[in-house]
Formats: sequence, structure tokens, C-alpha cells
Amino acid sequence: MATILTEAEAKALLTKVLSYSKADECEVNLSGDIRGNIRYARNAVSTSGSRANQNLVVQSAFGKKVGTATIDEFDDASLEKVVRRAEELARLAPENPEWVGILGPQTYLKSNGYFESTAKLTAEDRAEAVAKSLELTRTQNLTAAGFLEDVNGYQAMMNSKGLFAYYPSTNINFSLTVRTDDGKGSGYVAKGFSDASKLDTAAATRIAAQKAAASASAQALEPGKYTVILEPTAGAVLMEQLFFSMDARSADEGRSFLSKPGGKTKLGEKIVDPRVTIYSDPTNPELPASPWAGDGQPQQRINWIEKGIVKNMAYSRYWAQKQGKKPVPFPNNVMMAGGTASLEDMIKSTQRGILVTKLWYIREVDPQTLLYTGLTRDGTFYIENGKIKHAVKNFRFNESPVIMLNNLETLGRPERVVSTESDGNYLIPPMKIREFTFSSLSDAV
Amino acid sequence: MNRRNFIQQAGLGVGALMGASVPIVGNAVPLERLLEPGVDVAIKKRMADIALNAARSRGATYTDVRIGRYLQQFLFTREKQVQTITNAESYGVGIRVIANGTWGFSATSDVTPDGIAKCAETAVAIAKANSKIQNEPVQLAPQKGVGEVTWKTPLTKNAFEIPVQQKVDLLMKVNNAALDNGAAFVTSNLFFINEQKYFASTDGSYIDQDVHRIWPTFTVTAVDRAAGKFKTRDALSSPMGMGYEYLDGLASEKIPGPNGLVGYRNSYDMVEDATLAAKQAKEKMTAKSVEAGKYDLVLDPNHLGLTIHESVGHPLELDRVLGYEANYAGTSFATLDKWQSKNFKYGSPIVNIVADKTQVGSLGAVGYDDEGVPAKEWNLIKDGILVNYQAIRDQVAIIGEKESHGCCYADNWDSVQFQRMPNVSLKPSAEKRSVQDMIKGVDKGIYIIGRGSFSIDQQRYNFQFGGQLFYEIKNGQIVGMLDDVAYQANTLEFWNSCAQLCDKDDYRTFGSFFDGKGQPSQVSAVSHGSPTTRFNGVNVINTRRKI
Repeated sequence: MATILTEAEAKALLTKVLSYSKADECEVNLSGDIRGNIRYARNAVSTSGSRANQNLVVQSAFGKKVGTATIDEFDDASLEKVVRRAEELARLAPENPEWVGILGPQTYLKSNGYFESTAKLTAEDRAEAVAKSLELTRTQNLTAAGFLEDVNGYQAMMNSKGLFAYYPSTNINFSLTVRTDDGKGSGYVAKGFSDASKLDTAAATRIAAQKAAASASAQALEPGKYTVILEPTAGAVLMEQLFFSMDARSADEGRSFLSKPGGKTKLGEKIVDPRVTIYSDPTNPELPASPWAGDGQPQQRINWIEKGIVKNMAYSRYWAQKQGKKPVPFPNNVMMAGGTASLEDMIKSTQRGILVTKLWYIREVDPQTLLYTGLTRDGTFYIENGKIKHAVKNFRFNESPVIMLNNLETLGRPERVVSTESDGNYLIPPMKIREFTFSSLSDAV
Repeated sequence: MNRRNFIQQAGLGVGALMGASVPIVGNAVPLERLLEPGVDVAIKKRMADIALNAARSRGATYTDVRIGRYLQQFLFTREKQVQTITNAESYGVGIRVIANGTWGFSATSDVTPDGIAKCAETAVAIAKANSKIQNEPVQLAPQKGVGEVTWKTPLTKNAFEIPVQQKVDLLMKVNNAALDNGAAFVTSNLFFINEQKYFASTDGSYIDQDVHRIWPTFTVTAVDRAAGKFKTRDALSSPMGMGYEYLDGLASEKIPGPNGLVGYRNSYDMVEDATLAAKQAKEKMTAKSVEAGKYDLVLDPNHLGLTIHESVGHPLELDRVLGYEANYAGTSFATLDKWQSKNFKYGSPIVNIVADKTQVGSLGAVGYDDEGVPAKEWNLIKDGILVNYQAIRDQVAIIGEKESHGCCYADNWDSVQFQRMPNVSLKPSAEKRSVQDMIKGVDKGIYIIGRGSFSIDQQRYNFQFGGQLFYEIKNGQIVGMLDDVAYQANTLEFWNSCAQLCDKDDYRTFGSFFDGKGQPSQVSAVSHGSPTTRFNGVNVINTRRKI
């Protein structure tokens, strides 16, 4: 069987699987993907490979007794076996008090996340993309270490109440660190696209090379509170910590930054600057995503934070039912609205500040305040009177995205970025923030 | 974490990233499948020979084959209920070759003569394709074949043979202990891993290994709804290279500490620890907020292990030093010139740090690594001086050695093996000294227990660590609990401020069960042994904020 099934093929297979079911409710998730990668370091390829995966998950329920079984073989006997197995496990399972049953048919938004340009990539294409990058670094006394990974996959689901969903998607992520041969400068770039034809590894390499050269001979600045401009790659890793923390149940249970004294939550309250709007939209052409969640719920355009106010939190179907709310699934993509300023405009309007191009090793320090620590990396620059004066040594920071978004000066134009922590893709604007807390210096380059 | 496998489980998208952070390798299988014996060793040898011959006939000058069956059982609970039980199995073969002086790797789950031969051919084709953009040929350190050998983690209770009900009962007892002692919430988990690995190479090695690991853990949360405050305390267990016997909670393996604290050596009492955790999480609610400044730190092995991992283990990985991890984990301050000088003072003269793949009960213990090199022990830091790195077969020539250190590892049959951290441990003092003795000598200090927040720069200079429990020491006495503590230091200043070590009776291991490295990311498990240790004059910051 092919790894990637068309909608019709997936529908036929899922219908067959459901025909074996004898449970009260049965839901089947099917997925397949083909991934290819190439890795290089010290200006040479180190490893490369590809892998195909396919998986079928059957969930059967008798009342509130639920069993799940998985298989990666697709002949009729195996398909029937996996259904029997799920039913057997369901009969043996204790009642799950949080089981809320399966959904009926749903209507989904249209979203196009599949691009032939990405799906048809070969090992030769990957090697060629890397060769373009290596040509530039090998001839400029620079050393490159990079990674390119593409995926072509689909997900489908069907259940005994008639729900059917199918979504094909592709993605390519490219990241590159360029270091000067003397080890004094380092620059980074990361690009993520659904459509691989948008990836230009040579252009990306020029960005990293320019940062590497410019960041050599960095000078030390005293740690302290500074106005910073966070390039989108830097901002993404702090912002995603906030995105990940929008769960209603934790907030209701009193153990979230969204919990309030007295047992209430901050839903409906202003928590950050009114220019901040964080939303999800599966149909966004820059960052398309599946229009349905893993349990079949439709993904809508939704504002999480609107003009600084907490508008929505994610409610699982169980928690929503318990709290008398509407369920809201965790999103498949997240974006932050921006302004019109370019990065250059933002630098020009800065009297004294730091341009941060990447943040790294982000770890939670206090979940109560969403305080995170981490470091600047691969290109940090001092700005004076609207101009970049010189590179500065890296800093450690201790900062909360909530505090940061209360100290907002300017938002620039959002762009698609790849998180250096999670590999997640987002639309994030460059942000100018005052009083960002750098707590110590690092000698690392 | 291994994003690829995680996505397989949870579906694509941001939502997937918001839940668990545990890599699941392989497909879910029925429980009894985990108890079935793997393929007979004679069949595996035949399969391996097919790969070796196929690769050789296509022009490979070296080949190794790993036929792997990887089993996992993970249990997740919260409060009164079981959330998930995962039984997973992954079976297949990974073939690595050198052709035209270049590595090639391919893997398949089609473990048939045809599937294996095709996979070997693909590996050779990839090696040849990549050789066109290669700079220099691979230099592989020689390794004498060891013939047909076996190795098994020494254990008395195979965790996979213990009934699931018994495991669930234990976790429910743990959760009840926490809830009965004041916790508002508790999550508890058990992780069991079994790697059944068969390795063969053109050196003449046929190595069959059965490796077991276990990690019991929990998080207890105390909540003050009126004040809108919450505090957590995580388990003080250590993941181990042991069987279910680790959960026996033997009194003989407990080390009584100050303030009713208990240290666990090679046996863990999970219910007792959960009871203490609930009480301590509540105590944290009213603990004094630390005053920032310089303190002498007394670091428990269950805390110090992570500091060793980040500030000694990672910077001394030779692949990092050479730049192979520059795009992700980073490089290292511990460059070759520092090692070559033979007088680079990594730490104070009492700092002796060893690497090993042999310590019984440790996560790193194996008979042979994933390129057929026998497990061994070697010094990294001797009397405070940097003396060596962690290196594998294609690296040791760079540091003038003829034999690999034996620390090559792949997290699954379909991942390519590369240099991974062996156990890296701090030796205890020969002089008799307990934790209580050490605290008596401290005027202004903080005693830190447990793994907390951790972050370190890409060359491993600047780090910041939190912990689970912090106790203020004044004039040789513990005077109470502290909160909002994190310490920041520079690796070299920190290890050169190492002032005193407890003795072997206090020595325990800490472990990292899902240590990530590489692109695509692979996990590995590694232990770090140490005694309680004192560091003088370390910078402590206060992490309290208002939002």
C-alpha cells in the first residue's frame, strides 16, 4: 500500500475498518508521512536519510469503557484484528470518567497546506540545496552547519457517527549556523515553508554569513534592563511559551499564569498591551494548517488574546462540558498580529538598544509568572542613535512574555518563522520591547 | 524530545506540542507482545550476514548492522485515575556503511533477506552520493572483532513481567499519599524501556544485548486558591539501568538527611517520597523569598547530577568540540588547545570526573556500544585538570588515541548511531564526611535538592539552575526553607569554587532519561554519580516576579 493515500483511498480504507466494529462507538485515525533530511557540519555533509511511516489507530468504546489499539499493517486480517483488539481492551478497561463520546459529522474550513513542490523532493534535490549553501561558506573562510528536513504527509479520520476528515500537508524546514573560521563570529538563519519552491538556501546562507561576519569581535556590555528589538526568530521562542499555556483546565484549577486569587481566571481581562492580538486561522495562506483537531473538532479562526485581552482559552470537550462552556481545541497554528514598521524602521527609531536575532535554551523558571530564562545567540548587536554600532557579547535573560508584552514599544510586519526550540512554525512580528531583563553575560560565541 | 515520533502519536500541529513531551518510539502493541521473546539469535546472525555481504559486494569497505527490537511501557496517571498506558514495540534493522570514504546509512522495518539486502544497497548508494561533496575520508579506529557474545542488564525483576495492575496500584498509592498530605493535584508516571539489540560488523563481532531501564516519577502541586498561588515538587527518584526491583524501597538504600529529607541510592520508596513531596510543596507556599547575593552552595547528588551533565558532560563531547553540533546543541569552550596544554584548570584540585559505560545500575551501562566497542571507564578531569573527551571510532584519531571510548549510541534501529554522553560522574572524597558534617562548616549558604529549571549557553560557559527544594544555612545550621532561588555561574568559576566533597556513603546517581541531541533529534539516557558537594561564593538570583 502506498504511504500517502488520496482522500478516496483513505475513505475506502476507513470505511472498511469501521465495518468490522461491534462497539457502541468506534473512531479510526489514519496517517502517513514520508520524511527526508540532510545534515551538514564543518562544511561537509554528515548524515542524510529518509523514512516512511504509516499508522492506524482504532478507538472503541462500550459506554465509558474505552480501548485503543494501533497497527501499521493494512491487509484485511490485520485491520479486523486491530478492531477486535481495541474492543477487547475497551471491555477490560475501567470506566473513564472523562470520556465524552465521539462527534457526529462536522463541517470544516478549506485550507491548502499541500504543495507538490515539497512532496516531490528527492535526495538529489536536498544535496543540491545544501551544495548551494556550501559553495558560499567554503569560499569565504566561513564554516557551515545546517539541517534540511521535508515532510509529505496526510491525516484522515472517520467514526461510527459518520464523521470523516482528510488533510494532506507538506512542510520544509531549513536551519543553518555559519561561523567564522576563527570562531569569533556566528550567525543563524531558519526558514520554514509549506511550499518548498519558496526556499532559497543560497539567500538564507547569505543572511547567516552576514550575521557571522558582523558578530565577530563582539564587545561586552553590562547586563541590565535594555530596550531590545527581537527579530521574529528570537521572539517566537518566548511567544510560544505563552501559546502553550492557554489551557482552561489548568487556569480553572489554579495552577496557571491565567489563574487569579480567589479561584477565578483572567478570561476577559487585559493582561498585555492593547496592540497585542494573538490568533489562529487554519486557512491562513502563509501558514496553512489542518482545519480539524485530532478528535475531529473543527478549527476556526479564533482570537486567544485580542487587543491585550484574554478572549479564549483551550477547553477539552470534557472540561468544557464540566464547566458549562463551549469546547475549544488547541490550535494547529498560531500567529501574532503586527504593525507596519520594518525592522530597519525599528532600528532607526531606537536611541539606545540591543538587536537580538536569536534566543536559545529557553527554560521555565516560574510557571506562576511564566518567567523564562535563556540566552541570546548567533548575532546580538548594540544600537545607538538609530544605527547598529557593533556586535555585543551574548546575554542571559530572565523574562516573562507577559511582562515583555506590557513593555511593548513597536510591532513590525509579521513573518513566518521556525522555533529553534520546538521546530513549530508561526507568524510573528519583530517586536521592540523596553526594559527587557538581561541578568548576566556569556562568553559563548 | 524526538519530535518525529511525537508527531506520529499526536498528530501534526501546534496543539500536538502543547501536551505531553515524551517521545514514543514504535507502534502500540498488546501487552503480551512485550513478553514474547524476540527473534532467535541464530536467525539474526544470518540476517546480519546478508547485510554485511550485500554492502561489501556493492563496494562498502566497512559495514555494521543493528537489528533492534525496542520495547516501551509508559503509564500516566493523575489523582484518582489512569490517563494512558502505552505499550510500544519497534522492530527493524539499521545498516551503516563506509563507501568512497564516506558514511551512508539506511534502515528498514522489512527484516527479510530481500529487505535487508536492498537496505544495504541503499546505504552504499547514499554513501557514494554524499562522497561527491565530502572534504576528507572517514578515519575509523580499528576494533578487533569480539566474536559471538551476549550482555544483559543485571536485574532481579524484569519490569515488563510485572502485571500492569500492580503498577497502577502503586501509582494510585503514590497519588493518594500526595492527596492525603495536602496536595491539590498529582501526576505520576512509570517509564520502562527494553532494548533488545543485535549488532554485527565486518570486524567480526556478533553482539546480542538486552538492556533495561526504569524511571518512576511524579509531580505534586499545592494550590492556595484564595491567594492565587501554586507550588510544585517533583519526585527525587533517579532513572536507573535496573529492573522493577528499583521500586522495592529498601531501608538499607535510604540515606537520612537533615530536616527529615531522605536520599535514595539504588532503591526508591515512591510512596514515602510522595508523602514528603506534598508536605514540602505546601511548605514552599510560605517559604522566605531568597535575598539575591553570593552564597556557598551545598548541592545534593539529585541536583548536582544535572549541573555535571550540562557543564561537564556536554562540553566534553568531542563532536561538539569539533563543530558537528554547531547548528543545534552548539560547540564547546573546551577546545583542543586547552586539552593539549595539559594544565587547563577545569576545576579545583579535588575535582575528579570520570566517564564510564560500566557502572552497575546506571543508565549508561552496556557490554558494548552501538559500534561494537567494549564498555570502559576513563578520566575526563583529573585533580582539576582537563585530561580527555568522549570520543567514538571516527573521532579518536583526532585526539591521538587508537581505540574508541565506546560511547556510540542510536536511540532506535532507524536512527544512525553517533557520539552520545556516557555516564559522567564526580568521585567522592576519600575522607569521611556526611552532609550534616558539610553543613556545619557553612556560614551563609543554601542546600539545594532536586532537578529544577536549567539553561546553559551553546559553548557551555554561562548557566542557570533552579532546584526542587532550597534550605537556608546560617552559621552551620539549616534555618528554614527558601523560595525563588536560582544560581548563575560560569562553568570554570563554578568548578574552581568546588570546596568540599562528601564520602562514598553519600554517593548516588542522578539520571537524564530523555536527553536530546542531533538533527533529527535522538534521545539517550545517562547517569551522573556524585556525593553532596560544596561550592563557595556562587551568585544566587531571586526569580520572583509580578504579572
